[in-house]
Amino acid sequence: MKLKSKHILGLRDMPVEDINYILDTAKTMKMVLKSPNKKTPHLQGKSIVTLFYENSTRTRVSFELAAKYMSASSANVSSSGSSVAKGETLIDTAVTINMMGADIVILRHPMAGSSHLLSKNINASVINAGDGMNEHPTQALLDMFTIIEKKGCVKGLKVAIIGDILHSRVARSNIWGLTRLGAEVNVAGPATLLPKELCKTGVKVFSTIHEAILDVDVIIALRIQTERQKSGLFPTIREYARFFSLDEKRLKFASNDVMIMHPGPVNRGIELSSSVIDTNQSFIDRQVENGVAIRMALLYLLTRREKNENTN
Amino acid sequence: MKTLIKNGHVIDPGNSTNRICDILIQDGRILEIGDSLELINGDLINAEGKYVLPGMVDAHCHLRDPGYEYKEDIESGTKSAALGGFTSIACMPNTNPPIDSESTVNYVLGKACQEGYVNVYPIGAITKGLKGEELAEIGELKFAGAVGISDDGNPVSNSGLMKKALQYADMFDITVISHSEDKDLAEDGVMNEGFQSTIMGLKGIPSVAESTAIARDILLAEYTGTPIHIAHVSTKESVQIIREAKQRGVKVTAETCPHYFSITESACEGFNTNAKVNPPLRADKDVKAVIEGLKDGTIDIIATDHAPHHIDEKNIEFQLAANGMVGFETAFSLAVTYLLEPGHLTMIDIAEKMSLNPSAILGLNKGKLEPGKNADITIVDKDEEFIFNASSVKSKGKNSPFDGFKLKGRIYYTIVSGKVIVREKLFNR
Repeated sequence: MKLKSKHILGLRDMPVEDINYILDTAKTMKMVLKSPNKKTPHLQGKSIVTLFYENSTRTRVSFELAAKYMSASSANVSSSGSSVAKGETLIDTAVTINMMGADIVILRHPMAGSSHLLSKNINASVINAGDGMNEHPTQALLDMFTIIEKKGCVKGLKVAIIGDILHSRVARSNIWGLTRLGAEVNVAGPATLLPKELCKTGVKVFSTIHEAILDVDVIIALRIQTERQKSGLFPTIREYARFFSLDEKRLKFASNDVMIMHPGPVNRGIELSSSVIDTNQSFIDRQVENGVAIRMALLYLLTRREKNENTN
Repeated sequence: MKTLIKNGHVIDPGNSTNRICDILIQDGRILEIGDSLELINGDLINAEGKYVLPGMVDAHCHLRDPGYEYKEDIESGTKSAALGGFTSIACMPNTNPPIDSESTVNYVLGKACQEGYVNVYPIGAITKGLKGEELAEIGELKFAGAVGISDDGNPVSNSGLMKKALQYADMFDITVISHSEDKDLAEDGVMNEGFQSTIMGLKGIPSVAESTAIARDILLAEYTGTPIHIAHVSTKESVQIIREAKQRGVKVTAETCPHYFSITESACEGFNTNAKVNPPLRADKDVKAVIEGLKDGTIDIIATDHAPHHIDEKNIEFQLAANGMVGFETAFSLAVTYLLEPGHLTMIDIAEKMSLNPSAILGLNKGKLEPGKNADITIVDKDEEFIFNASSVKSKGKNSPFDGFKLKGRIYYTIVSGKVIVREKLFNR
């Protein structure tokens, strides 16, 4: 079996077989990651380049480590300290990297569709590491992997996503991934941070956190960005926390063994209270760990796919 | 030199002509319209099986000249217009420098005279530099030859200034064309706010950014008593507001563009920047309402909003891509495919909305077929089907969302002041 997708652009269009195949492969990768000697030869002779136009700690480092654990050559390009700062276009930068022999280009970019644009203009496989408000597929894959590790499967689970849905690529990718694998998804957030006609995606939209988390198995809290307040989308961070922060009291509405997740970095006391973050129901650290496994799985499957193509 | 158009089905709503007859042209003017006309020596055009229309008039296009000749210039733009069946076009002032003074009007008219293949009518700016701050010299623009004023591309955001523009323009009897958009509502949106923007993670422009601005401009026109023309109507609520205003007697006219009655926001799927336009492509309900508005006369004209761009301004991130699409060479075919074929409009309606009405709104002496008038004539085949290939257009811009569409209806001849610019579908100069 090989991956159908040449590029990992988003979960909206990814075949469900591919999603399951990636999640399965990540199980093996997690074993590698947990072994005392974290090195495999699978990506020997392959070049992986991360091209980041936005700041990132977890996504970037986990891709880089995933590549190194599997013996790939890797390089990083960021918007400062490269020709990007000199005004080079995205396509020109990517073509340059492609010509240097990159097998996979991993792109984070502030604008929706930038990975799609790259995939049409270069030969290397493109992994979307976050494109504007559109998608962050590797985050959703690692979230689903974490859920499966604990709950066994995604199908039939109730998942609540809380916060700034409008601007969240994590929310979008999770909505596509979770609903396509058979979960029920509830969302809640300030009305100004819910995109129009969201319910048409198959999720249930609530105006209070209590309704959204009632009896759910998983809660994903989203990071709230302070600049959204400045553009008038909600009055104050304080008021946001008052109505949408997840604390111990609100947590009682969810099912007893609810998993609490957050893509990070957390604003303590805003999206989640510190007491909730530090319970054993919080899987935030596990998400980070699993992020490496998912990214190892993706790099492995994408390069293996190329090899198969060549021999065919 | 004589030309005879023989046996065509002549549609001339301005004179209630709707029958098969002949048109004889001499020295650039129509000499006679009648039956069994004879030509002894000259150019015989056999129009049997085809429709003969008064030359089509586009009330809204962008020729990009002066300043953005890498996107389009008057030569390439008028060539494309001719191939689209247009004999007269009115170009918007968002050039560089903008058409906000006599000298720029003269430049456009002079260049059109030297290099143009169709009649070009400049539209002047409402405000100096299109900045929305101070009125342009509207009287001077009018006397230099501008046929309307508009800050197209930008709204006049200041309501007080818009009121003064209407009051002042009325003195010179020049058409005020409103690009109605509330920038506070549109913010930095890049496509219609709706399901498609939600699933693509792109910032939306709500339909009310257009309709509330149209409501304002209609109320200002009603208050000042000055006629107003609303450009590129795209939403259901806009159509409703204009319909109500017309019913109570406000002097308002309105236009829409082919892309607002033929495709929806879903054309943006895959981050297709050729479908990025302002106002944005809307939802299905809006397309239906625009068609209703065309049917009941709420929307008077179909204009192209031909907006050519360079490939480098389109093959980039959706958010950064330029707004607009080329429109000359698809306008008529889209009208046939999406309005005539389904029975929404007749060929008479199309001739009204693409020739007679735009000519009347801009005060041009066009849009009718009469002896003594300049022979501006478009001959079309309404039944011919073809696959539209965007790379084949003669505009410098190839940015069309209709590439690969199967369309019906073709331009066979475009005749401007008796000169056959397009002959048998091909450019003839």
